[in-house]
Amino acid sequence: MTMKIAIETHDLSFWYGDFQALFDVNLSIKHGRITSLIGPSGCGKSTLLRSINRINERIGNARSTGQILIHGHDILAPEVELLQVRKEVGMVFQRPNPLPLSIRDNVLFGYRLHHGKRGLKSSERDRIVEKALSKVLLWDSVKDRLDHTATQLSLEEQQKLCIARLLPVQPEVLLMDEPCSALDPSATEAVEELVWDLRDQFTIVLVTHNMAQARRASDECIFMLLGKVIEHSETGEMFVNPSCQETADYIEGRYG
Amino acid sequence: MSDSVPAASQSNRGDDFDRRDAAWYVDRLVHLLVFLGGVSAILFILGIFVFITREGLGYLTASFSPSEFFGSIEWRPTSDTKPTYGILALLTGTAAVSGLAMVVAIPFSLGAAIFIGELSEGKTREILKVLVEMLAAIPSVVWGFIGLSIMNPFIIDAFDVPVGLNVLNAGLILGLMAAPIMTTIAEDALKAVPDHYREAAEAMGATRWQVIFRVVLPTAKNGLVAAVLLGVGRAFGETMAVLMASGHSVNMPTSPFDSVRALTATIAAELGETAHGSEHYRVLFTIGIFLFLITFCINLIADLIVRGIRKK
Ligand SMILES: Nc1ncnc2c1ncn2[C@@H]1O[C@H](COP(=O)(O)OP(=O)(O)OP(=O)(O)O)[C@@H](O)[C@H]1O
Ligand SMILES: [Mg+2]
Repeated sequence: MTMKIAIETHDLSFWYGDFQALFDVNLSIKHGRITSLIGPSGCGKSTLLRSINRINERIGNARSTGQILIHGHDILAPEVELLQVRKEVGMVFQRPNPLPLSIRDNVLFGYRLHHGKRGLKSSERDRIVEKALSKVLLWDSVKDRLDHTATQLSLEEQQKLCIARLLPVQPEVLLMDEPCSALDPSATEAVEELVWDLRDQFTIVLVTHNMAQARRASDECIFMLLGKVIEHSETGEMFVNPSCQETADYIEGRYG
Repeated sequence: MSDSVPAASQSNRGDDFDRRDAAWYVDRLVHLLVFLGGVSAILFILGIFVFITREGLGYLTASFSPSEFFGSIEWRPTSDTKPTYGILALLTGTAAVSGLAMVVAIPFSLGAAIFIGELSEGKTREILKVLVEMLAAIPSVVWGFIGLSIMNPFIIDAFDVPVGLNVLNAGLILGLMAAPIMTTIAEDALKAVPDHYREAAEAMGATRWQVIFRVVLPTAKNGLVAAVLLGVGRAFGETMAVLMASGHSVNMPTSPFDSVRALTATIAAELGETAHGSEHYRVLFTIGIFLFLITFCINLIADLIVRGIRKK
């Protein structure tokens, strides 16, 4: 089975000041699948994920070498526009972080950044909002309070909204950094199901600390240790028959 | 030795409950000092208010006529035949100067706050903050001095007017005076915007300016309004600098080049020359009550707005 490659990294290294957080990471992540990133705390999962839409560059002294290709285009090349990278690659954070605007404005925020504020008819606007919220199964519960502040929603609803607001600009890749770790078990399940449903249309990379979640909710797994990729294989394969000793130790909970 | 410690504390456990060591007494003492400090501050403020009211009350209850007091532009307290006490011109002077001050200070202070809070980093930011705080500490008489000896000739030259001590001069000076404190408060309001909002917006592709205008400023709105109100209060209550820069002549201003007189400056200039207990003396205290109420209201509103942000 040959599949399209969505994300590729070549010898990606990353430094916070003098501290090297990633060492020569080479990966190819397939289009239309859910790939989970696992590994002990501090091994560089978030760093890798955040490099992929370059949000890591907010930190003043961060620097990287190597290449990150999204559908063949190197997003670290000097002529690349951040705006375009972030349109193609959406990010969902560990703590739900809707903006302190209305639910509607949250959904439209990204769309307005990329399409300008003008020329958005209210009928079209409503259609975009309904479509995005329906997709994350939030439409029915919030359709009567679209003007309410998004920060008043429950955490589960907030996290779904954070996914919904990425959809109107039609990204290729969705990055999710422990999207369920602030949620209770039933909310976790709801968000997991949602992510599972989205996988056909997007390439999803998911960081998780929860082995059961990685196993349930992903097609492929990447195991990282101390800034290096140790193993990358089909999820079933990794959990049943890991090829490295470190992976086996981690999965069985012997450290991390 | 060390082995016996757990055992000892075990058996003495009940005795420990009422043990008072040095830390306990220090704690009590500090409590008391802070309490006395707080109470005395409140007592002083109340005392001042009671004193002002008592001195002004004689006029308010005897010959006070609101229509003359607020409606007349005649401020002739020392007239031999018939003294009149109309504060309309003084009030307009204060309002004109404070209004112009805000026109100057709002863009300055918001711009500076955005630059310090959102655009600068590390050392630059720290240095700028210290500078702004130093500016806030310049005594008002120094600002008055600048108005008198630098701005005055400059305005005469630049606009070809006979006097440079006028609404324009005092407004600029007050605006520059109020800007640092407004900058500091506005910057605090920007800093109170959680960073994950900025991160979320940036991750969706927003540029720095889009983050500032679409996320940070709307979120910090209340704090920014509070900053402006405190600036208004500062300008309204300022005395020495306006006295020196405004020209101090009773006048209904019709252009920025008219000299005016402010309420505060009137009190400062005249109180020393009135006989204690005279009508003039009481009228000045009535103006004091009036100023006190206005600045109290402004500060109260600013405070309520700031509380509003905290609650969210
Ligand atoms: N802003 C930063 N400045 C300096 N070092 C950092 C910074 N962020 C992360 N690091 C370091 O980089 C390493 C990798 O961090 P990262 O957050 O990517 O780990 P992680 O695998 O996501 O961990 P966790 O599972 O705890 O989220 C850690 O050693 C961390 O201390
Ligand atoms: Mg992490």
